[in-house]
Amino acid sequence: MQPILMVQGLAKNFMLHEQGKRIPSCSEVFLDVWAGRLTALVGPTGAGKSSVLKCIYRTYLPSAGRILYRDQAGHVLDLARATEHEALRLRAGEIGFVTQFLHCLPRRSALNVVAEPLVAAGVDRAVARKRAGEMLSRLCVPERLWAVPPATFSGGEKQRINLARGLISRPRLLLLDEPTASLDPATTDRAVAVIQAMKTEGVAMLAIFHHPDLVARLADQVVELGQPSMTLAEKES
Amino acid sequence: MKKILEVTGLSKIYGNGCPLCIEATGPERDTNLCPHCGSVVAAHDVDLELGEGEILGIMGESGSGKSTLVKLLYFDETPTGGRAVFFEDGQEHDLFALNAARQRRMRNQRFGMVYQNPHLGLNFNISAGGNIAERLLMTDMDHYGDIRGRARELLARTEVMLERMDESPRKFSGGMQQRVQIAKALATHPPLLFLDEVTTGLDLSVQACILDLILEIQQELRTAMIVVTHDLGVIRLLAGRTIVMKYGRIIETGLTDQILEDPQHAYTQRLVASSL
Repeated sequence: MQPILMVQGLAKNFMLHEQGKRIPSCSEVFLDVWAGRLTALVGPTGAGKSSVLKCIYRTYLPSAGRILYRDQAGHVLDLARATEHEALRLRAGEIGFVTQFLHCLPRRSALNVVAEPLVAAGVDRAVARKRAGEMLSRLCVPERLWAVPPATFSGGEKQRINLARGLISRPRLLLLDEPTASLDPATTDRAVAVIQAMKTEGVAMLAIFHHPDLVARLADQVVELGQPSMTLAEKES
Repeated sequence: MKKILEVTGLSKIYGNGCPLCIEATGPERDTNLCPHCGSVVAAHDVDLELGEGEILGIMGESGSGKSTLVKLLYFDETPTGGRAVFFEDGQEHDLFALNAARQRRMRNQRFGMVYQNPHLGLNFNISAGGNIAERLLMTDMDHYGDIRGRARELLARTEVMLERMDESPRKFSGGMQQRVQIAKALATHPPLLFLDEVTTGLDLSVQACILDLILEIQQELRTAMIVVTHDLGVIRLLAGRTIVMKYGRIIETGLTDQILEDPQHAYTQRLVASSL
């Protein structure tokens, strides 16, 4: 089986013009991600784990290296060099990103926030809302909160809304940046179950987890950042 | 992506202009005013592409030329150079080469505009419903009942109280005036909409409703939009791609989240760093 994502020699630096400074974030990153498997990125704070995910999603412009992605049609393209419209097309249909933070329109109900990616993809509004409700139930968000805009939610509730929204559209490749950072153990278990189910369905995942326990439970491969050379280690199963 | 609009080399100089205008202005010169002849270079050599159903953000400070750009495309102003091609049903329309009658037709039927200042978009001497009817009368619609029905439908969609459709928009709140403008702009189902600082100066809660309405419309009707604003929050919520302008020039383009989180140009870095 071929990987769906191959990151080769990726580096990211930030040039801060105001201060005339160049700030290195990550360098010489090599990793592969397969359909139905989860690759975990580990390393100390500041090793540039989030930067790797953001480069793949093109929130950051990579400074060097290649990010080869095999799309649904079987074409391989370098995300580091993809046009803006190509990147938008992949975001709309194939690549999802769940971060720790929820950015959404004010005054929209939690249910609509979660349903939004499906509506944007052309799913009927009523169907999208029904599936959003199912996902919120799976992540134990109580039904009394569904009609409320998430702006006033607690950190954990917001994160569950964010996770529900990220998981609902079943992308081919899912990037997860500490998606369970502020969840209690019981809710974390629910999230782990949803992520496991998506793996079984064939979703390829690249994830950062704050807790080593989650790496042990979910990862099929572990890639360590912070060392300059290629450090791909197969997890022993 | 199916292209709906392609702009190349679009320029607008207010004043007589001189051979030194271009090199004497721009972001590096820190001005858009030519020191030699006093002309204002409001836009120079602007290229952009817009796909069907896409929202493109244009951001920049006052005087960056962002409003000039949409005014040129909506035929409010005449460009001093460049080309804009509008694509529809396999046909290409070279906008600035069209005769006046066909430009008017484009403007009335295929494009829509919502201005920051409702006085520019609405006629305050007639009712809210009348404003929409006025736009519909410029199409093939001529049956009173049909026109009134469509106006009701549009005002209901933009959440303007129907009991007030026969009142002049003069008596409306700022948020409601913007809703009437949006209803009027949408009257002819235009595939392309220009929004010029539509939420600037409105209360935060009203802003949120208008932004929500704009996104719903984009999802329902697949309307392509060019959104001009200096508000980074509006850009983040609405636009997939963003263009940054300064002194009439494009200085950076990219995916919106990339512009906001990994800006490349010194000016954009300063702009993003100083946002609240």
